Amino acid sequence: MPDMILKGKALKFGDNISTDLITPGRYAHLRSNLSELAKHTMEDADPTFVDKVRPGDFIIAGKNFGLGSSREHAPLVIKMTGISAILAKSVARIFFRNSINQGLPILICDTDKIDSGDEIKVNLTKGVITNSTSGIQLTFGKLPQVMLDILSEGGLIPYINKYGDFKL
Amino acid sequence: MGKTLTEKILSEKSGVDAQASDIVIAPVDLAFVQDTTGPLTIRQFQESGRSKLASPQQSVIFLDHAIPSPNRQLSNDHQSLRSFAKETGCLIFEGGNGICHQLVAEAFANSGDIIVGADSHTVTAGALGAFATGMGSSDIAIALALGKTWFRVPESFKITISGRFQKGVCAKDLALYLIGMLGADGATYKALEFGGEAANNMTMSQRLTIANMAVEAGAKVGLFPSDNITRKYLAAQGRGNKYKALYPDINANYEQTIAINADELEPMIAMPHTVDNVAPARTLAGTKVHQVFIGTCTNGRLEDLATATAILKNKKCNPHVRLIIAPASRQVLTAAIKAGYIQTLVTAGAILLPPGCAACLGLHQGVLGDNEVCLSTANRNFKGRMGNPEASIYLASPATAAASAITGEITDPRKVI
Repeated sequence: MPDMILKGKALKFGDNISTDLITPGRYAHLRSNLSELAKHTMEDADPTFVDKVRPGDFIIAGKNFGLGSSREHAPLVIKMTGISAILAKSVARIFFRNSINQGLPILICDTDKIDSGDEIKVNLTKGVITNSTSGIQLTFGKLPQVMLDILSEGGLIPYINKYGDFKL
Repeated sequence: MGKTLTEKILSEKSGVDAQASDIVIAPVDLAFVQDTTGPLTIRQFQESGRSKLASPQQSVIFLDHAIPSPNRQLSNDHQSLRSFAKETGCLIFEGGNGICHQLVAEAFANSGDIIVGADSHTVTAGALGAFATGMGSSDIAIALALGKTWFRVPESFKITISGRFQKGVCAKDLALYLIGMLGADGATYKALEFGGEAANNMTMSQRLTIANMAVEAGAKVGLFPSDNITRKYLAAQGRGNKYKALYPDINANYEQTIAINADELEPMIAMPHTVDNVAPARTLAGTKVHQVFIGTCTNGRLEDLATATAILKNKKCNPHVRLIIAPASRQVLTAAIKAGYIQTLVTAGAILLPPGCAACLGLHQGVLGDNEVCLSTANRNFKGRMGNPEASIYLASPATAAASAITGEITDPRKVI
């Protein structure tokens, strides 16, 4: 099987990007209308995000990305905007699990080495991030096997549909 | 090697000798959703091609975040949740019964249980010695379908609390102090396990406040031992037969041990826009507030309303302050009516809202205006949380909130009691 490669531009954010910044509670009435909800993705962190983002781009964040609510809508709408993966120094627990369950890779690495607009290439199979703009290479923390399996099926629901149960 | 509370519960339930960092599969005693995470959970459940719940009587829908519904979209979400309950036979708590976490404590949680909910403050039930943690809609959909889920067994931090709370100091002040000390990500993926003299003496209401906020330091669970306080609480809720004692082993292995002396704590505030941005209330004296909100799964219980009532009795709210009160449950509201608290609070100028999440998450019932400041007893002060990214939220105890409602500015409650 060929290596899984993701390519796109870096869209950079700071520390402590909460789920309220990613998908504000005031849009809770749009949660059954996901395409409308997705139009407000990251609105309170960067109101221009949905206009800027291009398919394949990466969210580059500081520490504790996705803290707060359990709303799985947060990684779901991020994925809907075309983001191919989130790179962060650290990630809040529930968001981390939700992101994998939505089939959205979330990679822990030193994001100080990436600037907004940098061209990024991620080799998910080899575990290498290349910043093509600066030439710097980064590695990322390995996921537990159960999460790798869920991610490789595209999320928890397709994983359960395939295996019928959790397999450890 | 001895076991932490976390390792004990997850070993017992999973049937393997679970130690921190292991990955286990365990049955769940309760899986629940609320009205803003429920619709996506149903969608994920249906996408898994299933129509039957593993155990309908251990599956619950709570309508609490948007009640009474502020708009047609959320009303339609409520309709679909009611239909799902009818089709699957799961339990449903209609709007007005209270906040999911309060109702889980009142009606479901037992020590040693595993509880998963599509709401981050599911950790609240850790107060009863239940391994209770928040998850997203996909995880809860599969927990509903299979009656089990997978866990990474978290490492535990032992939080030993000595001494006693001084007058005017509440469990909330301890929670804010601890989160300030740990940082908003200081306990990410970890279990907080509370013990020590002050923890042993805490009422269930105080324990619920502290366990509720464990997630604000990133923790997966905030656990208290199950002891005589737990036994009495369960008996009062009609579940005395469900009580079992549960303590960590003396030689359990903790990643960190943190000691806090309750005698030395003072009223605390979390300043905008993160919960770990804390300072003593006295240092913020003079900060004007436009709205004071007493309620939520953190501080909407009878003891919290009693604290506010004692301060607001025969007093009036500052005319420039909107004081909003939302009891955490119908049980809390009826007890507060009986005790005369509601009479006192409403006479002092409070707006009484129905039991539910109310103004906490910015949907309705107290959305802030531009540049407004709210002092809230809730657990989150993130930018935009109360419906307006141009507003500011400070978090405090019910005592500090009540004192500040009188003066119209952030006030150390020891100034007025």
